[in-house]
Amino acid sequence: MNAIAVRAPLTETPNTREKIAIRDLSFFYGNEKSLKNIELTFYERQVSALIGPSGCGKSTLLRILNRIYALYPNQRAEGEIWLDGENILSADQDVNMLRAKVGMVFQKPTPFPMTIYENIAFGVRLYENLSRAEMDDRVQSALTKAALWEEAKDRLNTSALGLSGGQQQRLCIARTIAVKPQVILLDEPTSALDPISTAKVEDLIDELKQDFTIVIVTHNMQQAARVADRTAFLYLGSLIEEGPTTQMFSNPKDRRTLDYVTGRFG
Amino acid sequence: MTQHTVASFDNELRDLGRMVMEMGGRAERLVADSVTALMKRDSELAERIIVGDKAIDLLQREIEEAAISMIARRQPMANDLREIISAFRIANDLERIGDLAKNTAKRVLALDSDYRAQKPLRGLEHMSEMALEQLKSVLDAYSAKDDVKAIAVWKRDGDIDAIYTSLFRELLTYMMEDPRRITPCTHLLFAAKNIERIGDHATNIAETVHYLVVGELMADERPKSDTTSLAKISKSR
Repeated sequence: MNAIAVRAPLTETPNTREKIAIRDLSFFYGNEKSLKNIELTFYERQVSALIGPSGCGKSTLLRILNRIYALYPNQRAEGEIWLDGENILSADQDVNMLRAKVGMVFQKPTPFPMTIYENIAFGVRLYENLSRAEMDDRVQSALTKAALWEEAKDRLNTSALGLSGGQQQRLCIARTIAVKPQVILLDEPTSALDPISTAKVEDLIDELKQDFTIVIVTHNMQQAARVADRTAFLYLGSLIEEGPTTQMFSNPKDRRTLDYVTGRFG
Repeated sequence: MTQHTVASFDNELRDLGRMVMEMGGRAERLVADSVTALMKRDSELAERIIVGDKAIDLLQREIEEAAISMIARRQPMANDLREIISAFRIANDLERIGDLAKNTAKRVLALDSDYRAQKPLRGLEHMSEMALEQLKSVLDAYSAKDDVKAIAVWKRDGDIDAIYTSLFRELLTYMMEDPRRITPCTHLLFAAKNIERIGDHATNIAETVHYLVVGELMADERPKSDTTSLAKISKSR
């Protein structure tokens, strides 16, 4: 079987523009090739889910999209990732600007030990010089978009560490969107949350796709089925299959995808 | 098929399929008996059919409950989901088939006339043999997940419809010749219609088997040769 997956024709998702085009991407941890010649496209204002068993490379792929991997030694990517026609893997790419454009939310909430307000303002100040009033607006708008404003508006100057886990995760999403990114990467954003908080984050993802292109890595297949427009299945560093979510979960083309989504793996 | 990581899910799916097959077997027997009862005017057999239909209804409920519970607890995907939806749908068709057999049996009890329309009865018998063959084939296709066989059943339904149409005309002629035959011939007509409907349910099941195996709904309009709804009685008579 070729490493390149069966891709559904573009006609199935009309009115979409390619936001991120991954071309012949390979990734190495030292000498170990952990992603093998990935070809994958993420579309603007759509939610794309990456699924696959542990160690399949889905988080690795996500970490390449904003070059977080570059913080670690002995990790390198080969190939091209085109974000709006710009190859983000090229040597002259400004990674700080890239990370403003491509925001990331992690598995465990990572609030800074600051006030709720400062958690959001902190990142914005790295890129923009706003007046106090403008910053207030930005904080409110980010918290509103992250569906946290009502819960947080009366305690903006208290520590973010006093929020519940679900609220902290939504704060991290607010912090990410405050710097006005175009793409949001979510790395198992609800795996540490209870079902209600999970539902709130999923509801939020639905809202956010009006404005952002979202790529989500999840272990929870039902979650991918619920939130994603398109789903990609990775296995042992290869992209096995990618397509509209309904097709991926109702009638996948590849035997391995079928075995994985129906719980027959391993 | 590879086993599920959760083995009890495999057991539940297997049990579900087994229940559908049992229901199918019972429905087949009921249809065959109903035609025998009609041919032999065997009212004892007819009574037994009416009771036998209850077992089919009960199985349908069991299948529905099992299917609902599996959807709620397992969140099945892809072919597992289709397996469960198919069991649900096929059980529904089989329940209807049981009802139609029961209806034929009730007509045996209602037929008190001595009049025997030999030719239409033979036609009816032939038609029921075809419907039973369809039912048997489609249940085989289900248990073997054989799409080719299912499509063959689906395509053959037109033959039953054609016989039904000619039977309809024939019975109409008998009734016009002698008004005393109207009651028995009407009962026979309904019995024929029941069998024709059983053929339709067999094609429904064929469509479900196709969906189960291929994962897509049957695209085409199904073959239809029952033109009795267009038949007119000539005014000259």
